[in-house]
Amino acid sequence: MPSNEERWLDAEAGPVVRPYALTQGRTRHSGEAFDLVATVTTTQARIRDPGGLGPEHFSVLQLAQRPTTVVDIASDVDLPLGVVRILIGDLRELGLVTIQAPVPMMAQQIDRNTLREVLHGLRGL
Amino acid sequence: MVYGGYEPASGAPRRHRAIKILLAGGFGVGKTTLVGAVSEIRPLRTEEPLTESSKHVDSTVGVERKTTTTVAMDFGRITLREDLVLYLFGTPGQERFWFMWDELALGAVGAVVLADTRRLADCFPAIDYFERRDIPFIIALNVFEGARRYSVEDVRTALDLDPSLPIVMCDARSRESAKEVLITLIEHVLYVTDTTVAR
Repeated sequence: MPSNEERWLDAEAGPVVRPYALTQGRTRHSGEAFDLVATVTTTQARIRDPGGLGPEHFSVLQLAQRPTTVVDIASDVDLPLGVVRILIGDLRELGLVTIQAPVPMMAQQIDRNTLREVLHGLRGL
Repeated sequence: MVYGGYEPASGAPRRHRAIKILLAGGFGVGKTTLVGAVSEIRPLRTEEPLTESSKHVDSTVGVERKTTTTVAMDFGRITLREDLVLYLFGTPGQERFWFMWDELALGAVGAVVLADTRRLADCFPAIDYFERRDIPFIIALNVFEGARRYSVEDVRTALDLDPSLPIVMCDARSRESAKEVLITLIEHVLYVTDTTVAR
């Protein structure tokens, strides 16, 4: 059995910089949890330390100039969802974005008018 | 279509309403096709740290350095109104991705279990999953060419499903058919939430 080094760090192993390198190895975002379809919006706060942010943070800020969901951001910046969550968590901590939870849409809590509206919408597609 | 009565009071900021729908089923059953037929399909990948819950099913013997796993998901968006957007998530069918399902299922309105009559057993884990979590779901039978046609009732018996649970035949390639599947699901959600309240 080869050692782990031999197994993983050969020419076939693909890029050595894994997506979580962008987050300095962190795999969990800071602060309160947020939903996949929560809406992220930039605040107009000044960036005090631009050097502390990576280009990916700026890509997220760019997209969040209009309210945009976490999944839409992940799709647009083409980074794994887990990584994007951490970047968004960083920006929230710096006061650069706000994250708005989606209106509760669980079947048990959903507003029936909204469901009817969805039905109308689907029929009209 | 008139949407009278749904408009928020003038001046109030519109709150974005995101409706999350899951699409589950075995590998190759047509999840991607169905999402693409009815919505603007978008790429989404996840590179998730392996959690304790997934470690025991993902054999990591000899690959201890592998602490993340990559999962590609089908993600589609249907904008019904400016402030009302339907998000479809095609969830990886294998049980080892249940950690992803937990995240996706949170706050989901309902689920479509897509099934292929030639491999019905592939959808058992998804049915069990949604039943245990009380997430309303329907079964959509993707009718593949060359497959023997079974009646809805045969399938209901084979899957041991409640008579009130909708089972629909569909062609995942057809936009109209995919739309009907989603309409059936929302109608079912309206029905089950109604009976819950009445209880």
